[in-house]
Amino acid sequence: MLTGFIALYIFMLAAFTGYEIIGRVPSILHTPLMSGSNFVHGIVVVGALFALLNATSVTEQVIGFAGVLLGAGNAAGGYVVTERMLQMFKSSDKK
Amino acid sequence: MNPTLIIDASFLAAAFLFIYGLKRMSSPVTAASGIRVAGLGMLIAVVASFLYVFSVNEAAKPHLMVNAGLGAVALIIGLGWAWTSGKKVEMTAMPQMVALYNGMGGGAAAAIGAVELFRTSAEHALVPLVVTIVGSLIGAISLSGSLIAWAKLDGRVNGVWRFSGLQVMNGTFFFATLALGLYIALVAHGHAPIWMTAAFFILALVFGVLMTMPIGGADMPVVISLYNAFTGLAVGFEGFVLQNPALMIAGMVVGSAGTLLTLLMAKAMNRSVANVIFSNFGASGGEEQGEIKGSMKPVDAGDAGINMRYASKVIIAPGYGLAVAQAQHKLFEFVKLIADQGVEVKFAIHPVAGRMPGHMNVLLAEAGVPYDIIYDMEDINNEFKEADVAIVIGANDTVNPAARTNKSSPIYGMPILNVDQAKQVYVVKRGQGKGYSGVENELFFADNTSMVYGDAQKVMVQMIQAVKSLDGGGH
Repeated sequence: MLTGFIALYIFMLAAFTGYEIIGRVPSILHTPLMSGSNFVHGIVVVGALFALLNATSVTEQVIGFAGVLLGAGNAAGGYVVTERMLQMFKSSDKK
Repeated sequence: MNPTLIIDASFLAAAFLFIYGLKRMSSPVTAASGIRVAGLGMLIAVVASFLYVFSVNEAAKPHLMVNAGLGAVALIIGLGWAWTSGKKVEMTAMPQMVALYNGMGGGAAAAIGAVELFRTSAEHALVPLVVTIVGSLIGAISLSGSLIAWAKLDGRVNGVWRFSGLQVMNGTFFFATLALGLYIALVAHGHAPIWMTAAFFILALVFGVLMTMPIGGADMPVVISLYNAFTGLAVGFEGFVLQNPALMIAGMVVGSAGTLLTLLMAKAMNRSVANVIFSNFGASGGEEQGEIKGSMKPVDAGDAGINMRYASKVIIAPGYGLAVAQAQHKLFEFVKLIADQGVEVKFAIHPVAGRMPGHMNVLLAEAGVPYDIIYDMEDINNEFKEADVAIVIGANDTVNPAARTNKSSPIYGMPILNVDQAKQVYVVKRGQGKGYSGVENELFFADNTSMVYGDAQKVMVQMIQAVKSLDGGGH
């Protein structure tokens, strides 16, 4: 079980990681990175799927269905949009 | 093999690939591969999560077939819709699309919380319950707030909602929502009546709308970035509730990275985040701007083009207007033309050029402009005084000297591109209107500034033709 302090350790280290990754990024990449991190939290679809699979009433099924739908949209849309943006970055010597 | 073990190992792999992918995305050289690395992580996690069917609760076993079917259908619809819409969207519309996808993620996190809270039959421990409530609140605010941000940037909702006492009302609303949530957790112990839980979610959604409506379009990028961080936090919290470390790590990494990005963006506009959310930007503008001396001097596009052909150094300051006119391809054609004649050409990008920081870089990259002739403001601002020509295309507030001098101006204090220090300034502009912030620009009246009126794309075509005919006939 990830209770109490273990969870806090995970949160703390993850927060530091995020801060360090973004800390020294040139502003040219801010938009793609916002989009890329937007894709990464699309992982929520996995949690929504778990909730839906464990649903026992119609209310839970409806909300779980909506959750998976929205989460899948977040993940797929975030990926496509970020990939399209990053595809365009090339330097002048590579042409 | 034990399905739980496979799931856990897959989530560990996914968490690693997310962090490694984000790291690669933070440099322009490796960025394109970064998103594929992260995408692989997502694929592994989603496929593995179907193994959950072997470990559902006893109570849910009879519903398993239906639930799994619903899950597959929802996945296919969500994926199919987002994939096609993401492929279709114009590069200029990217910010609102990011807002939309982000809102969906927030909604998914809130949905996870809602499923937990509506399961009133189950026993809830106190800490997970409070975390569920907080995650749901943040997720729901992110959902409705992002939708408003999307609608505003997409031009579906116009105008700004402002009246005295709005902030007091918003504050009351927020604390009422929070109080109701805490009541559900601390007093009702998760066994609150359905109407009360539903009311909590409705209040949270309405608050997201109320919070976003008063914010003007120019500030939306900061708001979208903020909601991106919100969704990350909500996902992290719901991940704790579900005991899912992949959600916890991914959510919290995005939560902190998104918070930092938000601060960087706000700093680039010389404003604090609180200032963006609570101030009445633009409402106070338009009062005494001071007398502006001089007059606007029009010049022919062809003449301006020929002048640049014989310059030794030209710096281009593009703005959102360039992208709206779809002129970036023609601009790059012109740049190649004069660069072949030995003119040194550089692009100067203001941190908030476009509609998001870095948005202009994406738009230029789309036209094929190599990123090594594109410079950030702080790297190139000292070079303007050595430039023969600075050309401003579709930009306005980011080159307005009033930001340096005029304390009564609403953009006072924002760092600007020093285009006015170049020997000659050309401003390509459709008409004589004001910028996005509604402020008059004294640069246009300066002695060394000439105005090239016209649609940016047509202007670029005229410049190309003028330079071509010159070189064709001259030899």
